[in-house]
Amino acid sequence: MNLHEFQAKGILKKYGVAVPRGYAVESIEQAEEAIKKLAAETGSSKCVVKAQIHAGGRGKGGGVKLASTFEEAMTHAKNILGMQLITIQTGAEGKKVQKLLIEENVYQKGDFEPKEYYISVLMDRSTSRNVIMASTEGGMNIEDVAHDSPEKIIKEWIDPAVGLQDFQARKVAFALGLEGQAFKEGIAFIKALYKSYMEADASMIEVNPLLRTSSNGILAADAKINLDDNALYRHADLAAMRDISEEDPFEVEAKASDLNYVKLDGNVGCMVNGAGLAMATMDIIKLSGGEPANFLDVGGGANAKTVEAGFRIILKDPNVKAILINIFGGIVRCDRVANGVVEAYKKIGNISIPIIVRLQGTNAEEGAKVITESGLKVVSAILLKDAAQKVREVLA
Amino acid sequence: MSVLVNKDSKVIVQGFTGSEGSFHAQQMIEYGTNVVGGVTPSKGGQLHLGKPVFNTVQDAVDKAGANVSIIFVPPAFAADAIMEAADAGIKVIIAITEGIPVRDMVMVKDYIKNKNVTLIGPNCPGVMTPGEAKVGIMPAFIHRKGTIGIVSRSGTLTYEAVDQITKAGLGQSTCIGIGGDPIIGTTTLEAVKLLMNDPETEGIIMIGEIGGSMESDAAQWIKENGTKPVVGFIAGQTAPKGRRMGHAGAIIGGAEDTAAAKMKIMKECGLHVVESPAEIGITMVNALKK
Repeated sequence: MNLHEFQAKGILKKYGVAVPRGYAVESIEQAEEAIKKLAAETGSSKCVVKAQIHAGGRGKGGGVKLASTFEEAMTHAKNILGMQLITIQTGAEGKKVQKLLIEENVYQKGDFEPKEYYISVLMDRSTSRNVIMASTEGGMNIEDVAHDSPEKIIKEWIDPAVGLQDFQARKVAFALGLEGQAFKEGIAFIKALYKSYMEADASMIEVNPLLRTSSNGILAADAKINLDDNALYRHADLAAMRDISEEDPFEVEAKASDLNYVKLDGNVGCMVNGAGLAMATMDIIKLSGGEPANFLDVGGGANAKTVEAGFRIILKDPNVKAILINIFGGIVRCDRVANGVVEAYKKIGNISIPIIVRLQGTNAEEGAKVITESGLKVVSAILLKDAAQKVREVLA
Repeated sequence: MSVLVNKDSKVIVQGFTGSEGSFHAQQMIEYGTNVVGGVTPSKGGQLHLGKPVFNTVQDAVDKAGANVSIIFVPPAFAADAIMEAADAGIKVIIAITEGIPVRDMVMVKDYIKNKNVTLIGPNCPGVMTPGEAKVGIMPAFIHRKGTIGIVSRSGTLTYEAVDQITKAGLGQSTCIGIGGDPIIGTTTLEAVKLLMNDPETEGIIMIGEIGGSMESDAAQWIKENGTKPVVGFIAGQTAPKGRRMGHAGAIIGGAEDTAAAKMKIMKECGLHVVESPAEIGITMVNALKK
């Protein structure tokens, strides 16, 4: 599950990670109040107005603005709130900004030149261990740093039996070149960051930039947290932070029906049991001259209800020119799935695009018979290569 | 010969009396798997499906000689179940459970590392040695005893490959579903090694997907050490970056874990790479002729 920046910073703060002072708002009235409150607290009218959407690259897209005065801050807030923010991660249509974070400006002039670093905690799949990754190249895309100058990335793997040790936090702080107060605060920061990662069951925490301030302090200028969906059952408070308005409405609907759905841009919809077979089916569609319109795993219980829910979601997508249903019956019997397809088809009625049903495995022949005898405009296939051929035919 | 499980395996089911555990235990027994009992805490001493129920895995090992365990317990308790099995001296643990938190699996993987145990899964269909033992949730009837070993991160896609192999007139030595999670007990490489060293296996099918580097690691090893034809397929050639495709582990993080990147490495390492999952069977038939 993805979180907003303000939510991520809220979690980090709870575990003692230093973050800037700030308030999340959803309206101009709230923004005005927050800007005034922040000015009173910091003694400065300078602040940053940050769009809160589930995508990176907000600054370059015009969703993060520095203001020197109250009026300027209000202008930025009015402009950003409600805008359709387009960033490198949102796609061409962008995302509507529904929340703002009004935050103190932490890039002040002072005894030290503010400097940006990078730090993250994530699970390293190759070692099955958590790893702290840090770099002196803050504010940049870490994948680019890894590609262009891998020597600038520091990695510290954590032994699961004993957790993060002080010497490891020191190693990272030294490697970043932190000194004096920043070194002390850096160590505390790293330890608190790891603690939040563990206790929140995060799958990734990224602080980019990590800022060494003009007073040689350390804080998280930005923060991103992804939570492990499988662990949300033990974090009711975090699960409640889910912002459905940031998710694709089709995907939200699918989730409510226990379907695993990902919207894509193609013209052939698909409905499959099992994630691996679903991806393979998308690949088949592509090889047959189409483009997959979605990923949809109906899971182990492919029945009339799940098939109907799947149909309804796929059919809402106007780009879809055909649907391929690919079920490998193991525990689930193909004749039952076939009956489910026929039932759902009749119930929805008025389906104008061709549907190809490929049923294989338990009772595959009986399933094909049900489809053929239904009299519906549904094409049946048993072998995967036949299904591919039929997709090619309906697209031709 | 075969790998991991055979007719001599003494199998117990953890989560034996639950609905999933009961259903699949029944199927396994009907197939002829030597199920010697099951474990459900506080139900020890009862009989279930005609087999003894034990309170602890240790009891099952001590009293019934169990050496293989299949786990159906819910995600919140699965890590504990795996560690219990490892501690009791079970040699092969097959974890079917889907949805175990990553934090728990980091701990499990560390806990079992110095124990003499092989963990398969979690989030997998299990292991099948046709004609000897079915320790999993796969449909038995599509299998046929033979000489092709299969390694896969996916369930139904494995069945697809099995079915194509059977229909091509070949059969399977052992099929290993290694699981779709980001942390799994046995990697693609480890499973491929087992099959490469199995005298009964003549060809290997390796089915991977986007995310991680397991298939590339296996391909590099095969290039140096391979003695049998390996047919490879990577699901998710059309998957977008940064989106989780069903499996918790199926997410493209960088340039190296795309399907295209993995397929390129596999080709360079001499594997028979198929672009279409419909051609897995026929490609193996042709590879064996060479």
